[in-house]
Amino acid sequence: MAATDQTLTRERPKATISLSQTARTSLQVLQAIIIFSILAWVSYRGAQAMEYNWQWYRVPRFFYRIIDGEIIWGPLVLGFIETLRLAGVSIIFAVLIGFVTAFARLSNSFAGKWIATIYLEAIRNTPLLVQLFLFYFVLAPIFGMDRFWAGVLCLSFFEGSFASEIIRGGIIGVSRDQYEASDAIGLTPYDKYTKIIIPQSLPLILPPLTGLIISLIKHSAIVSVIAVSELTTAGMNLISETFMAFEIWFIVAGIYLALTVTLSAGVSLFERQLEKGKH
Amino acid sequence: MNDKITSALKVPETKADDKPIVEVAGLCKWFGDFCALFDINFSVNSGEKVVVCGPSGSGKSTLIRCLNQLEEHQLGTIRIDGREVKPGMKGIEEIRRDVGMVFQSFNLFPHLSVLDNLTIGPIRNRGMSKSEAAEMAMELLDRVHISEQASKYPMQLSGGQQQRVAIARALCMRPKIMLFDEPTSALDPEMISGVLDVMVELAEDGMTMLCVTHEMGFARQVGDRVIFMDDAEIVETADPESFFNNPETERAKIFLSQLLSH
Repeated sequence: MAATDQTLTRERPKATISLSQTARTSLQVLQAIIIFSILAWVSYRGAQAMEYNWQWYRVPRFFYRIIDGEIIWGPLVLGFIETLRLAGVSIIFAVLIGFVTAFARLSNSFAGKWIATIYLEAIRNTPLLVQLFLFYFVLAPIFGMDRFWAGVLCLSFFEGSFASEIIRGGIIGVSRDQYEASDAIGLTPYDKYTKIIIPQSLPLILPPLTGLIISLIKHSAIVSVIAVSELTTAGMNLISETFMAFEIWFIVAGIYLALTVTLSAGVSLFERQLEKGKH
Repeated sequence: MNDKITSALKVPETKADDKPIVEVAGLCKWFGDFCALFDINFSVNSGEKVVVCGPSGSGKSTLIRCLNQLEEHQLGTIRIDGREVKPGMKGIEEIRRDVGMVFQSFNLFPHLSVLDNLTIGPIRNRGMSKSEAAEMAMELLDRVHISEQASKYPMQLSGGQQQRVAIARALCMRPKIMLFDEPTSALDPEMISGVLDVMVELAEDGMTMLCVTHEMGFARQVGDRVIFMDDAEIVETADPESFFNNPETERAKIFLSQLLSH
């Protein structure tokens, strides 16, 4: 309510801290504390009831050991690096396959559309595990690939099919006006796409593509079934040696979580950079 | 400023009846079964300014969009500066580079700065160096009275400013003819005069122009000819004074009375 004795000016009134606002915020903080306390207590009681012998003190040596002043990296770190390598190479191939397939589907070429559609339907309608076995037991011997590349190609073709739909959607999302403007100044098709259309479709492509990359990192765990020495394989090996299933699975899950959360935070930052100064 | 850029800014000085830049004969165009253009015949000579007007849906925009093949025609011939333009032809880019086009909704590239909007054509199509292109672009931005906005992005400009940038972008390709597709229709009333001023200056510099517009003041001031279209056909061609004062055909009379009635 505006006080009647004050004259209205064009200057924006200064914000005042309202007491009710502060009270509401503290209430919400209190709520969160109570909920988390209850959750922590339930987990603690659950673990006690199972009479599981927690051995967290043994965990650091799975990461590294120092022998004669020299750091020896443990299986979890080596597995993590292998997961990074596996996922990193697969992401690059998946995005490449995605772009090629998207443009094949958007093209006027009959063969291009046909092959792209068959590829998409075949990959999206069969289980990833079956595809992995096909790559490892059928294609790998034929083409002389090792297990790492069989895993990489399987993940790339699987996620590439989803990437292609994301990329196609982004390209279709750029307005017709932009195609016409590019044509009107006589840009070649290559320049039209690389300079005008794709840069504008990036804001549409990036958020769902981040989700795809995160799911690729998670799906990379499946190559443990063909014994690629990545993080999940390292975890399974450790458990069969130490029987510390709970600690190790929690840590493995924690490492995947840290990786994917860092990635999505990085991409949001990049998106904000893209948007900066344009509006 | 070096000689190359000076020549880029200069519009070729030719007499109005020199040689045809645009020749259209028997042009027909259908959208599905709908006939959008029927038996269109006209030509625009170098240095001529031609205004196309007519009721909405009469095929004006389709006509000028066929000239640079943003729309493909089915019958008839189009020649731009002597070269025939065919649907699906190879090397259409070469012809489009000689034909500047200004759209109703500006169609600037929103992810590029104003300067980059202008220089991308010359750099990619004409192999100009970055600095050369930037120097030419600044000259052109100066010509459309907007050089102080060079580093901004299109979304930060008003509609009128955006349209002037779009005109400068088209000029950057040193076109032999400029096509305008209702350049002021999407603008707020107070923005229109700035754009029209630029177009008048361009006309005074001798640019060959084909404008779809309902701005009668502009048509009278710079137009050499008015082409009146209705229902996919050219109904009447006349000089602006006689067209606006004494239209010959009944359809033109009806159209002009509607244009003036409010």
